[in-house]
Amino acid sequence: MTTTMSKANSAADERYRRPKRRWTYYILPVYTWAVLLYLCLPIFVMILFGFNNTKGRYNISFQGFTLKWYRELFSIGGLTDALVNSITIAIIVTIVSVAIGGALGLALGRYRFRGKGPLSLVVFAQIATPELVLGTSLLSLFLTLNIPRGYVTILLAHIMFCIPFVAVTVQARVAGLDSSLKEAALDLGATPMVAFRKVTLPMIMPGIMAGALLSFALSIDDFVTTSFNAGQTVTFPLWVYGASRLGIPAQVNVMGTLIFVFGLALAAYSVIAGRRKKA
Amino acid sequence: MTSQTEQERREAGQGVAAAAIDLRGVEKTFYSKAETFSAVRSLDLAIQDGEFFSLLGPSGCGKTTTLRMIAGFEEPTAGEILLHGQNMVGVPPYKRDVNTVFQSYALFPHMTVAENVSFGLERKRVDKQEIRQRVGEMLEIVGLGERGDRRPQQLSGGQQQRVALARALVNRPRALLLDEPLAALDLKLRQAMQVELKRIQREVGITFVFVTHDQGEALTMSDRLVVMNGGLLEQVGTPHELYERPATRFVAGFLGTSNIMEGKVTGVDRGIAVIDAGADGRVLVPTDRSAVGDRIAVSVRPEKIVLSRDEPAADDERCAVTGTVAEMVYLGTSNTYEVRLNGGEMLTVLEQNHSTSESTAQRGDTVWLTWRPQHSLQLVDEPAAATEGGAADDAG
Repeated sequence: MTTTMSKANSAADERYRRPKRRWTYYILPVYTWAVLLYLCLPIFVMILFGFNNTKGRYNISFQGFTLKWYRELFSIGGLTDALVNSITIAIIVTIVSVAIGGALGLALGRYRFRGKGPLSLVVFAQIATPELVLGTSLLSLFLTLNIPRGYVTILLAHIMFCIPFVAVTVQARVAGLDSSLKEAALDLGATPMVAFRKVTLPMIMPGIMAGALLSFALSIDDFVTTSFNAGQTVTFPLWVYGASRLGIPAQVNVMGTLIFVFGLALAAYSVIAGRRKKA
Repeated sequence: MTSQTEQERREAGQGVAAAAIDLRGVEKTFYSKAETFSAVRSLDLAIQDGEFFSLLGPSGCGKTTTLRMIAGFEEPTAGEILLHGQNMVGVPPYKRDVNTVFQSYALFPHMTVAENVSFGLERKRVDKQEIRQRVGEMLEIVGLGERGDRRPQQLSGGQQQRVALARALVNRPRALLLDEPLAALDLKLRQAMQVELKRIQREVGITFVFVTHDQGEALTMSDRLVVMNGGLLEQVGTPHELYERPATRFVAGFLGTSNIMEGKVTGVDRGIAVIDAGADGRVLVPTDRSAVGDRIAVSVRPEKIVLSRDEPAADDERCAVTGTVAEMVYLGTSNTYEVRLNGGEMLTVLEQNHSTSESTAQRGDTVWLTWRPQHSLQLVDEPAAATEGGAADDAG
């Protein structure tokens, strides 16, 4: 009797250790990893070819590992200037479009006012309109008004297409806010300005940060709109496009990698900061 | 503070001219594209200093709108709101010496409990040392002395409720406004918080204005309360006055179970009217305004009625009606009977279980219901008339 008992027990243990899983159990993990691979593969290739010891002008096949492109990162004058342009433009665009788009998102998320419907339609229309159309029509506008194309027109164009993205992310955050939070601040003696600074602003900060990251990312690698309105100014994407016919130097991969690492660090920081806040 | 001093304060308060909160002819109408909605219509109300005052009524009766007008979140369409004699119309909420406990608590999720509680004092530029001391004391009072560095979302519903209370009370406002603060809590916690709120109110001694749709809550906690319906005041008074002497059909029905009978007055003798309700038997009601031939409504509380299988003697002075038990529910400490009178009315009777023997009657039994004439209450149907009628006068 005891033997049969222990046998039964061990059989039960076996079942416990190795539960028989239906094949359907694996669908979701396999699918998830496949999508992740699909998303990450181009980035891996970019990083890898930054270490490629190229012999000729073309960086197409992997010919050996080297760090020399990291050492000679700024050896191509035009490329460095283009990168500096792109970074300064992205920073200015982020700041300005967060200020304008944030206020827009706050108004759309919190208040009811005349013209709210048309305004949110315009915001969405701006996101939905093909960039090619925006770029060419902006060019016509600048030509008509006789505004010289260059750094400033790039800024104007980028700010214009970044505002809606900030507005939408901030609006979503504001709409989720309990309206009594602001009333509670007023009730406790805060003026509307203080209530905004101490309560509303910290609460919608995640939306603002998301909008800022989007703006930075959209601006730094924008090609279509920029190409129509850049004049003599060269940005990083414009330089790469221009160089592609002659062969793209490996420094481009290195710079791409560094921009990617910077973005990754920012994203990681915002996740960690968010966790620390909750704890 | 003992209940006696509270009683004295209340009585003293009734004589003083300037109430803590005085609403005079307050109206609030909301206009939208489709319609206009009268949330509050011509409300007159005087809340005394140090009083626990409740605004009671079903949803949409205007109680929350009234509270929001006192806090300053809504401006009245007409009328005046006076806080300690000062007209508050046009004064923004951050300049009013009242604080609110919100139904959703509205705790700032990005701040710790202590930061939440000190928010109001920081706005008033109170000395840092004093802020720390007062916040610490207030968290002790609400039983959260150890939780100052937590985030609100790490606390239970009941604890969040206490933080909201502490955040308002630490400012030592002239009045505390509470908008259904216990609605989100489960029954046990709600009952515990009712006792707790009463204790805190006695301890700090400031005026509490409490909005609720829960009649039990309003009766157990309030010094006085107002019952509102459809934007109008139905009746003001102490819980005892409103329960024992409801002026209107609405108040009688909203505060506890009420048996309402209607009938024509067939005779009036020394202020006692006889009405022809209940078919067999007699229904008597004290009256000061009805004459023979008037149709009146009478209310009797279920616990005032005595149920018996024996017909009362003919010279019995009490009201007596007869009917058949339609339903009997055993509730442990008591039995509830639904009795259908021969005239068709349904009466609810509550009988205490004094003995361990079987209940007095079963379903289908013919029974007699008796009660003393002074437990019959004549009701006024129109709330507008109630403000002029007798019952509202002795409420103030």
